[in-house]
Amino acid sequence: MVDLSYTAAADTSPASTVSATTEGRTTRWALLALALVFLAVFLLLPLVLVFAEAFKRGWAPYFDTIIDPDTISAIRLTLLVAAIAVPLNLVFGVAAAWAIAKFEFKGKAFLTTLIDLPFSVSPVISGLVYVLLFGANSVLGPWLKSYGIEILFAVPGIVLATIFVTFPFVARELIPLMQEQGTGDEEAALSLGANGWQTFWYVTLPNIKWGLLYGVLLCNARAMGEFGAVSVVSGHIRGLTNTMPLHVEILYNEYNAVGAFAVASLLAGLALVTLVLKTILEIRYGHAIAASRGH
Amino acid sequence: MEVRVANVRKEFDRFPALHDVSLDIKSGELIALLGPSGSGKTTLLRLIAGLEKPTRGKIYFGDEDASQRTIQERNVGFVFQHYALFRHMTVADNIGFGLKVRPGATRPPKAEIRRRASELLDLVQLSGLEKRYPTQLSGGQRQRVALARAMAIEPRVLLLDEPFGALDAQVRRELRRWLREIHDATGHTTIFVTHDQEEALELADRVVVMSQGRIEQIGTADEVYDTPNSPFVYGFIGESSSLPVKVEDGQIWVADRPIGLATPDAPNGKATLYFRPHDIELLDGCNGCIAGTVAASRRVAGTRRVELEIGGGRQLVEIELPIEHPAAQKSRIAFRPRRWKVFPAQDS
Repeated sequence: MVDLSYTAAADTSPASTVSATTEGRTTRWALLALALVFLAVFLLLPLVLVFAEAFKRGWAPYFDTIIDPDTISAIRLTLLVAAIAVPLNLVFGVAAAWAIAKFEFKGKAFLTTLIDLPFSVSPVISGLVYVLLFGANSVLGPWLKSYGIEILFAVPGIVLATIFVTFPFVARELIPLMQEQGTGDEEAALSLGANGWQTFWYVTLPNIKWGLLYGVLLCNARAMGEFGAVSVVSGHIRGLTNTMPLHVEILYNEYNAVGAFAVASLLAGLALVTLVLKTILEIRYGHAIAASRGH
Repeated sequence: MEVRVANVRKEFDRFPALHDVSLDIKSGELIALLGPSGSGKTTLLRLIAGLEKPTRGKIYFGDEDASQRTIQERNVGFVFQHYALFRHMTVADNIGFGLKVRPGATRPPKAEIRRRASELLDLVQLSGLEKRYPTQLSGGQRQRVALARAMAIEPRVLLLDEPFGALDAQVRRELRRWLREIHDATGHTTIFVTHDQEEALELADRVVVMSQGRIEQIGTADEVYDTPNSPFVYGFIGESSSLPVKVEDGQIWVADRPIGLATPDAPNGKATLYFRPHDIELLDGCNGCIAGTVAASRRVAGTRRVELEIGGGRQLVEIELPIEHPAAQKSRIAFRPRRWKVFPAQDS
């Protein structure tokens, strides 16, 4: 009893106003320092090194590499692949997420697992699958070739491999969001006379647009940066089937460090632009993003 | 618009949610579907709306077989339990949505849609809130916007799923009165679902009492309260006391003596007597009565609840006495229900 009254009196001291979930000052600093050091060593330092190496001999060699026809062609191919893969995955991702989140059907769990497959399989294997499917000794390859269609060691193969690897980004982002939102808004729209397309366009899409945009940004970043799967199916033909990541490797293997890092800095720049875009969107539309995640 | 539900059955994964339900609703009526959770009341509402398809049976709007029509064609105004307002649209856009998505020929021009929206906002007493977003409204205001949105499409039937379920008691009572006024002003045939008997009895022209996927009773507030037709309705609506009895030659017996109540039509055998705890008369001499010893006495608001042990303490029954009544001090009380009903005992 005496102890209790003592505790009650001590309640007015500043130490006791700290909430139960807050740690002491030392612990907080230690955790923060650990996180910062980790970020600096594993993320910031490599990024800085990329740019430092790229500009080691000044601007001239940097630009020489960039305006080299092979580099230009690699940039063009990378943008082309992203321009095909990302919209397709946007459509597939929305369709898959819609089906999984809003309908009940047999094999739903299987479909969900299937969507995760590209994440769990090594990209090299993803590429090899296409070699097996469309290679010289496969069934499909020679048949398509007889019609003049080249898949492997050509742009279509690179696009296919990229789509495969980047498929989960949009769907994975949307499924939990759409599941959380449920079908109430859609039912309301239907009861007010909207048809399926109007319901999707006016109600579902606005509800998921921030999640969708985020998924597309991630998907795009990966589509441009994919190395493993693309490396297997590309054939590394300079000026024809070289994407930027592959071009970096080639330049590096030729002991052209400045060139390799110059192209790498472009890729890193694309990643930074993606990050900045995402941050701007979050600041600019933070309220709307929060609102679309439920009241 | 008259609504007729004819022998409707609904199963979810072969589990029946509604068994053979029939219901006639007159044009302009305000109907409450009342029942505990799992009674099928929301399922019935969703079937009428067209959000679900009946496994068997039909639903008619007037003479038209609505069960053949999609939800869009049925033209019903549905107010969802959690309102389902479109959060990225302003209040005005929410209300105008049903008009905006109409096919070209029947779609009013933009200015007209805006005008209708602000008219409806006046009707639901939210004038001037056109530009707000749903997240900037209180629960009661969202409810009103949801109703305005449902009414914007000039629905043939207005359907409300637990319209006041998510609101606090004070706002509930206000909105209840207000919904009645709106209904009287617009004359829509209106069906609402509720588990709150007070709400149903106060608001509705007729109450449909549901239990376990069946309709137990349909009637006005007076009918379902004063003459419940089943033990369930007796127990679910209002307070009730029950006592196991025996029927012999039209007389009701408690234990070994008749209690002075006659029920000529009831079959002989075990039965249960139901009555309202407040609807009793106290007797001085016991010449055919229910008599018991006071086991407990509680003050409940303006009355006193007395628990009586009947027949040597095996049965407890509750009655209500005025606070000042001298009988409240006695240890033994004799009474006889004024209004009551016997139902044959169920085998269970």
